[in-house]
Amino acid sequence: MQDMRLLIEPLIPRLRRYARVLLRDSVGADDLVQDCLERAIGRWHQRRLDGDARTWLFTILHNLAMNRMRQSARRGSHIPVEDADPIAITRAPDQESGIHHRDVLRALDRLPDDQRAVLVLVTIEELSYADTAKALGVPIGTVMSRLSRARARLRDEIAGSDRPAASHLRRVK
Amino acid sequence: MNGGRPITEDDLQGFVDDMLDRRRRGEVQAYLSDHPEVAARVAMDLEMRDALRSALLPIADEPVPADLSLARMIERHGRPRRDWARGALQTAAALLLVVAGGAGGWGLRLAQETPRAGIAALAQEAADSYAVYAPDLGRPVEIKAADAPQFIKWASRRLERDVSIPDLSGSGFSFIGGRVVPTPHGPAVLYMFDNGKGTRLTLLSRNMAIDRDSPMKLGNAGGVTSVSWSRDGLGFSLVGPLDEAELHPIADVAKAQFSRTI
Repeated sequence: MQDMRLLIEPLIPRLRRYARVLLRDSVGADDLVQDCLERAIGRWHQRRLDGDARTWLFTILHNLAMNRMRQSARRGSHIPVEDADPIAITRAPDQESGIHHRDVLRALDRLPDDQRAVLVLVTIEELSYADTAKALGVPIGTVMSRLSRARARLRDEIAGSDRPAASHLRRVK
Repeated sequence: MNGGRPITEDDLQGFVDDMLDRRRRGEVQAYLSDHPEVAARVAMDLEMRDALRSALLPIADEPVPADLSLARMIERHGRPRRDWARGALQTAAALLLVVAGGAGGWGLRLAQETPRAGIAALAQEAADSYAVYAPDLGRPVEIKAADAPQFIKWASRRLERDVSIPDLSGSGFSFIGGRVVPTPHGPAVLYMFDNGKGTRLTLLSRNMAIDRDSPMKLGNAGGVTSVSWSRDGLGFSLVGPLDEAELHPIADVAKAQFSRTI
């Protein structure tokens, strides 16, 4: 029990962060983390001792998140990005940096779930490419191509948001 | 041009994520200084990486809510099993008292009066299920009415025959869901109904080895009434905290519906 607390407890804030970015809903995210922790406690003895607790926990959390998102997609209760809980804009947009937080978060929101997951695990959670592949249950080549596509898409979105809005909107009657 | 390995897309990602060893990193840097367009792209990736980090990293600095306290969860996780063991011990102790104290009294009477088979046993099982599940506010049913097709599939598979849900809405009771429950005579399906005013009825149904076609029998035990019958080897027992005069017509409705579907 003691080693379980020592290994899991420091990771809880990061699990919450990952869940929130994936689900874009802070209440749902905490429910998911609770689910994840309960499973981890229940399956602690099944954990491979040579494995990394962090990758193992992210694997459980990711699978739960994907199930939850699939279920809500089936129920048709998708929250439009504009109405969703803003993914925790914890700081005011920083006017000095070239890219506004708001823009990059909106672009992140628009990524397909699998690309967003890879980008966040690598960039924010700083998992290695190999651990990201393990957590998502895909080959490392898939991680690399999703990462590349995610970044290309972010670049397009952000370049697009610099252009005047008139180029996107068409007046209708 | 350098004569080394060509720079790949993966190298560019690795450069942004700082995953390259020093030598490769140097090679990518040299490549970028020769290719300003690619360098501009990589610069933008780096800028986006930093923007994402400064926006999202602070989430992990928020205080963790009490619901996510690992210590409490571990405690909760261990508890049910201990409670169950304690409860089982108490039950065993109580039974022992009953048996010891009742050599000529209660124990014997209980043994004689507990019906072993047939419609009387079904009515007893139905009353027991009612006592356990009907007062449960948190989780009276395992599958809710909204998932009725799933419930029908489950119930039909366990009873090895087609099962349907009776409509008692004419009497003001709507189906809220159900579950499969164990009996000494195999799996039984428990349907639960609620009138929205705090009164619940349950209907227990299982396959019958004897009393395979039995007319309705009334029963009373522990403040609840039961109406039980069987048809074509399938037994039913409707249980609720109502008078016979109120429960009997509802049972008639259920019986008529099952007779039509079978």
